[in-house]
Amino acid sequence: MRIELDFLSVLAQWPLLAKGVAWTVGLTVIASVIGVALGVVLAWTRSQGPAWAKWVAGTYVELIRNTPFIVQLFFVFFGLPAAGVKLSPEVASIIAMVINLSAYATEIIRAGIDATPKGQIEAAMSLALNRMQTFVRVVLPPALRKVWPSLVSQIIIVMLGSAVCGQISTEELSYAANLIQSRNFRAFEAYIIATVIYLTLAIAVRQLLNWLGPRYLFGK
Amino acid sequence: MVEFTLWDIFRNLLEAARWTVALSLIAFIGGGVVGVLLLVARLSKAPGTNAFVGGYVQLFQGTPLLMQLFLAYFGIALFGVKTSAWVAASVALTLYTSAFLTEIWRGCVAAIPKGQWEASQSLAMNFREQLQYIVLPQAIKIAIPPTVGFLVQVVKGTALASVIGFIELTKAGTMITNATFKPFIVYSCVALLYFALCFPISLYAKTLEKKINASHR
Repeated sequence: MRIELDFLSVLAQWPLLAKGVAWTVGLTVIASVIGVALGVVLAWTRSQGPAWAKWVAGTYVELIRNTPFIVQLFFVFFGLPAAGVKLSPEVASIIAMVINLSAYATEIIRAGIDATPKGQIEAAMSLALNRMQTFVRVVLPPALRKVWPSLVSQIIIVMLGSAVCGQISTEELSYAANLIQSRNFRAFEAYIIATVIYLTLAIAVRQLLNWLGPRYLFGK
Repeated sequence: MVEFTLWDIFRNLLEAARWTVALSLIAFIGGGVVGVLLLVARLSKAPGTNAFVGGYVQLFQGTPLLMQLFLAYFGIALFGVKTSAWVAASVALTLYTSAFLTEIWRGCVAAIPKGQWEASQSLAMNFREQLQYIVLPQAIKIAIPPTVGFLVQVVKGTALASVIGFIELTKAGTMITNATFKPFIVYSCVALLYFALCFPISLYAKTLEKKINASHR
């Protein structure tokens, strides 16, 4: 038995793949920025907010962390229209990714916040910084620095998870692979190439964020 | 037209949920066995194994599980073997799980002080005896909480098997939606059932973790 692989007929469709990569990266960037920002707010709520807000944030985090991303995505895309909210596949994908990432980011960032030595907060208070200033300038930067590697891993997990968004016809990378294999019946080759691209993206994103974080986000 | 009550929806989903449980168990047990083999290969320090296992872990952690499922589905078919969604999903999820578990366990073994290895070696123990009597019993103790925690990821991972046509909780949800036109209720129920499966495991993992931290203090 001979197995013949034909990668060229897949690579010939490179404009589709390029478009897919652009969508995957775009979705990830948007979802990461909003998701991490939301994660910071929720982490603050969980560690310093009023009791009822703590409970709400905690329930949200546990609900999201204990259900699969694909179900969250289907709920947003198929379920919400029944409740009167109509969304395009792209918007539904971003919302689902933001929801998913923010829940994990909350737990990760909270771990960093909780590790802040008490003396630093007291020192900030004694310098007459208010609660907001203390959090944004004293607590948050070192907290982010401490948990940055975990946060980067989580962003990559969300990027890889976005492959599922092709199922609701968001035109990201896995959707492109699917489209190509439906045209030339080279399913295995198309998915191999998509997988290799994902792997490259994962490695590149990790390098980039590890470089970017200390420089622009929380100082050296 | 047949009317579906909430109970009808819930009952059918509940029936499908057992396949989620079954697939999770296959992946977890299979992944555990492969994971142990990979771990032992790595610890044996045989030439090339470290690079191989490292690459294996990077490959499965750096690519989407969905792509792995597709590759298993179409890859096995490439060899002329007739595949089913069952086989493809079991193979892909087993390999995926093994990559994560072997990495988790490697960390646990690395946490065992080097002196333990050296002491057991100075007692003329061979590699197997060192692992069996000295290192693994200590490593297992700290490995249990993160392993239980990872089970949640496995259960959630099985949801992706729905995409290659494996009929489990998520797929059943899609099918019932197509029959009832009640996506909001159906997917709420699906999410609820996953939560009912995963949340107790998460809580248990957290309890175990606290216990270990307490005993270390």
